[in-house]
Amino acid sequence: MTAAPIIARQGPLDVFVPWARRNAWTLGLVGFLAGLLVYTKLIQASYDASSLQGLAIGVLPLALAAVAQAVVVLSGGIDLSIGSMMALTSVVCATMMKGQSEQFGIGVVVIVLVLGLTLGLINGALVVFTKVPDIVVTLAMSFVWAGCALLVRAAPGGGASDWLKNLVLGSVVSDWVPKSAIVLVVVVAVVWIPISRSMLGLSIYAIGSNRLAAFRCGVPVGQTKISAYVLTGLFSALAGLSLTASTGIGTPVPGPYTLMSVAAVVLGGVSLAGGRGGLFGPIVAVVVLQMIRTDMTFLSIDSNYAYVAQGLILVGVVMVGSFAQMRRSRA
Amino acid sequence: MTVTTDLLLEATGVSKAYGAVVALKSASLAVRPGEVHALLGANGAGKSTFVKILTGVVHPDTGRIVVRGKERTAHSPAEARRGGLMSVYQEPSLIPDLDIRANLRLTNTPLEPFRHWLGQLGLTDLDLSSLARRVPLASLRIIDLARALAIEPDVLMLDEMTAALPANLTERVLEVLKTMHGGDRSVIFISHRLIEIAAVCDRATVLREGETVGVVDVTVGSEERIVELMLGQSVEGLSARTGDVTGPESRAKTATPRISARSLNSGTRLHDASFELYPGEVLGVVALEGQGQDELFDILAGSSRPKGGELLVDGQPVSFRHPADAIRAGVVYVAADRAEALLMQRSIRENIALPFSTRFRSWGLIDLGKEHESVDGAVTRLQIDARAGGEVRRLSGGNQQKVTIARWVAGGVRTMLCFDPTRGIDIRTKTQIYRLLRDMAEAGAAILLYTSELKEVQLVCDRAIVIFGGRVVGEVSAADGDEPTLLRAAYNLRSEAAVPEAVAAMLGSSSSSADASTSAGSSRPEVQQ
Amino acid sequence: MSAAVFSNRWLSPSAWRNLFRDWPLLPLMGLLLVLVIVIQLADPGIVTLPWAGVIMRASVPLAILGGCQTLTMLTGGIDLSVASIASMTGFVTATFVHSPGGWVQGMAIALVAAALAGFVTGIGVGIFRVHPLIMTLAMSFVVLGFANVWQLQMVQTGAGVPGELRWVGSNTLFDVIPYSLLVFVPLTLLILLGLRRTGFGRLLFAIGDNPIAARLSGARSWQVLIALYVLSAVLAGIAGLVISGFTNTASVSLADPYLLPSVAAAVIGGTSIMGGRGGFSGTIVGALILTVLTALLTVLGLPEPTRQIVFGSIIVVVAAAYTRVTSES
Repeated sequence: MTAAPIIARQGPLDVFVPWARRNAWTLGLVGFLAGLLVYTKLIQASYDASSLQGLAIGVLPLALAAVAQAVVVLSGGIDLSIGSMMALTSVVCATMMKGQSEQFGIGVVVIVLVLGLTLGLINGALVVFTKVPDIVVTLAMSFVWAGCALLVRAAPGGGASDWLKNLVLGSVVSDWVPKSAIVLVVVVAVVWIPISRSMLGLSIYAIGSNRLAAFRCGVPVGQTKISAYVLTGLFSALAGLSLTASTGIGTPVPGPYTLMSVAAVVLGGVSLAGGRGGLFGPIVAVVVLQMIRTDMTFLSIDSNYAYVAQGLILVGVVMVGSFAQMRRSRA
Repeated sequence: MTVTTDLLLEATGVSKAYGAVVALKSASLAVRPGEVHALLGANGAGKSTFVKILTGVVHPDTGRIVVRGKERTAHSPAEARRGGLMSVYQEPSLIPDLDIRANLRLTNTPLEPFRHWLGQLGLTDLDLSSLARRVPLASLRIIDLARALAIEPDVLMLDEMTAALPANLTERVLEVLKTMHGGDRSVIFISHRLIEIAAVCDRATVLREGETVGVVDVTVGSEERIVELMLGQSVEGLSARTGDVTGPESRAKTATPRISARSLNSGTRLHDASFELYPGEVLGVVALEGQGQDELFDILAGSSRPKGGELLVDGQPVSFRHPADAIRAGVVYVAADRAEALLMQRSIRENIALPFSTRFRSWGLIDLGKEHESVDGAVTRLQIDARAGGEVRRLSGGNQQKVTIARWVAGGVRTMLCFDPTRGIDIRTKTQIYRLLRDMAEAGAAILLYTSELKEVQLVCDRAIVIFGGRVVGEVSAADGDEPTLLRAAYNLRSEAAVPEAVAAMLGSSSSSADASTSAGSSRPEVQQ
Repeated sequence: MSAAVFSNRWLSPSAWRNLFRDWPLLPLMGLLLVLVIVIQLADPGIVTLPWAGVIMRASVPLAILGGCQTLTMLTGGIDLSVASIASMTGFVTATFVHSPGGWVQGMAIALVAAALAGFVTGIGVGIFRVHPLIMTLAMSFVVLGFANVWQLQMVQTGAGVPGELRWVGSNTLFDVIPYSLLVFVPLTLLILLGLRRTGFGRLLFAIGDNPIAARLSGARSWQVLIALYVLSAVLAGIAGLVISGFTNTASVSLADPYLLPSVAAAVIGGTSIMGGRGGFSGTIVGALILTVLTALLTVLGLPEPTRQIVFGSIIVVVAAAYTRVTSES
């Protein structure tokens, strides 16, 4: 028997349909987002390119935080210290950059990224070696990193190199293409695409999907887990940098990013059990959440209902998800 | 280090103890190049520990493993694989959320050989880009095997790989294994089906009570010898009976059966189970692994709902939606897996008293005096050694098992389902459990007992039903239920003579094992042709 | 390990291990005592009865919220909605201070709202099997949103913490015994008794230890979980009242700084986040340890940042120690 008939010849549709089915949730989110944008333009005619740029800058830190959370959740863990790591990296960046030359600023960025990797490494090593549940370790480390941030600077302040600020400000090519959106896509693509194609990427999905099977397949489970945390640290540092870039200062108090990133990851179609989902979905989810908030303002609905809406959407999505899963497992 | 080099794999003096429990005393295994070698042992013989040691999941206390003349110490399956040994388990080791291609990449499997073996195994319409989660389980098992074959390990170990495979696929697997004869590499084949072993294996190593008790050349009629080795000397003086063996005829047939099952069907492995369980009897269930007995007990205990058939308890049709419904109807379940039944971090008392507080109206204050009384009663009755105190997980396996039974004894038992309650526990505790089961039956309880230790049927049961391929295929009275008879029944071999003939037919001609099992009276529906 | 036991029974690591495992409260009390001694050495004369009263008063709300975490963690869950529920209750009560019904009416409304939030959480966790982390997180958004809406509605009427709550939250008897113990002691007795002597308590442990075993024994976990999350929300509400009295403020984010320490108190107190092991008495000691530690760091001139770092490190170390001693080798 030859190998040829095993794989039937595939037309473009044969490739597209399974791909679409696999990414149905993300595609749905993108569609929903497109609808939201159209709707926004309808209810608020003044919504223009500069509003879009504002939106892109506004979502950048949370989008990167969601990416950071997504990586570790894919590996079957969770990181509750992302907000604190962002605060720490952000104040370190702002403090070191203040009053320094532009060239020095580049060095600072490198230092901050290495710091992010180190923070992630410590988180991951503690999770793997103490065998304490991820949620407890990272919760505790969120105190530690937040404390360190306060040690670096007691109050918001510092500065940022101009090139860093300009990196996320304005647009490129057309007014409708915000620079910060490009930065987001490029940064995530540059880090994640090579990794997701590599053995490490496969291993991250593998240990999140089925630890035992991964172990039996020869995946180094502990090492992979630590690597996932290291990546989360790196993306948290990027998120921290984006905070400094967009505000021009560093704030030592963690924002709502940790819990919001968990929410975004779930909305973005990543299973909290691990192994299922991608990084694109959470990013879209962050934008959707922000758009809903914007639209509610335009509709002059009390902005606080946005919180309610966020919570309800989160619960609704998870309930529908687990309901579908229950039905599937029963069938 | 070089040792006898004509062996591909040699393990000698391998032992392993978990605390005070000795899982493996002195196991050895010698595999020659180009042979298919069976590893056999009854439950509790230490086979699974031995397999874990060979695959690097568990570290042996003593002993050494030599592969191709080089001593090997593996700390993980990955290292074992680098050392030339690879395993295929009953549960396929594929990552459900990755597609097949990514799964192959994860294990560095060369694609062309994989396709070749896939073709050999008869799986020709596989889309490599489909998620493993969406591929049927049987196909996943085949993929797992093809992957292992493509990697070309020195030693390929198949651990109960065929246990849950449809007959036509099993046949393919056996065909492929036959082609491994005389090559450079070898296969360690673990199966409960003697008929498969006879079909493909050259030699068989038999484990009993943690020791290698013999190596048999698999030829015509060697099954008798294998069964003999597996059984060992029967343990004397275990009988829990107070009087003579009571045949089914001595029971009042007029009584309403506590449970009557009519054509129960789980939709998966259980196809047609019909039997009746009367008050005052211990009814044995005899089956090889994976014949549908798990599904039967799940249905009876209210854990899952049947797809078809009818279940009557005390003459009333019932439909259990939750174990609580079964318990209310007086049907209680002693699970096989103690990890499934016990609150490992809680005390003996809390474990035994658990069913008392499950109902909404018992959420309030506990009457500690009353609880003490019934718990202590049960502890005394089962002679639970509570000296270890504290958490149940610090008790010995035997005492843990007693706690799972005491939980129901404390509240009084009408109908009890026991799934292999004596698995992996010491002989003294076993005897105590036998006595208890007999006493309870004598006092009017009805007990359904699945046992993987066939001698228990004569020791405790009044009669036994045999399940094969998801159907109740026969009934044996305790008087006739000696081990060889039951083993034959469990393999669905009808008569004494059937074994050698079937095997001879199989070995003599190139006919498939599926044919052989048909001629031996299989009632499996999936058999090809 | 066994060799060490024979050579020197009381000094061997395994003896300590067993002690730690069987009586987790002893080393915790020891740690608390050490902290008290250290703070006395650092600032001689600080440890007095009134100081003890201050520590107790500050620990009460933390211990109650820690109780919410303990109860939910026993079942393998967690409750991240306690902070927003506590803030909401304190705030809503305060807005009723000038209304005709008075603050008592407001308190009743607030506690009913809290119970309702807990009920919805319980349905999500118990029936829809949503992960408790997500469910309670989402519920905290919802509660916060509604509280904010309420705040805007109430801007014109004005709000103030009722004097009675201030008295309970801040005042002390003879400068030592805080009146908040009037709330706390009955709650503590109720929780301790509930966990040890009631069927409900047994079921919490059972579900957390082994959900399959609980199910096979006939327990319907959804009933237990709904009741649990209602209970947790009501407790959080009560804590919120105490906090608003303690700080004499009412805002929708009042209790936020308590969220992570409440989990920390439960973890330090020996409750396993995986469920099935722990208890409320440990959590109380955990809350005291965290409060004394805060005081100590303040005395040492190492305020907020160091406090957080030390808090975090202690949680990791204690949790790792528990994991080591309770895992079977």
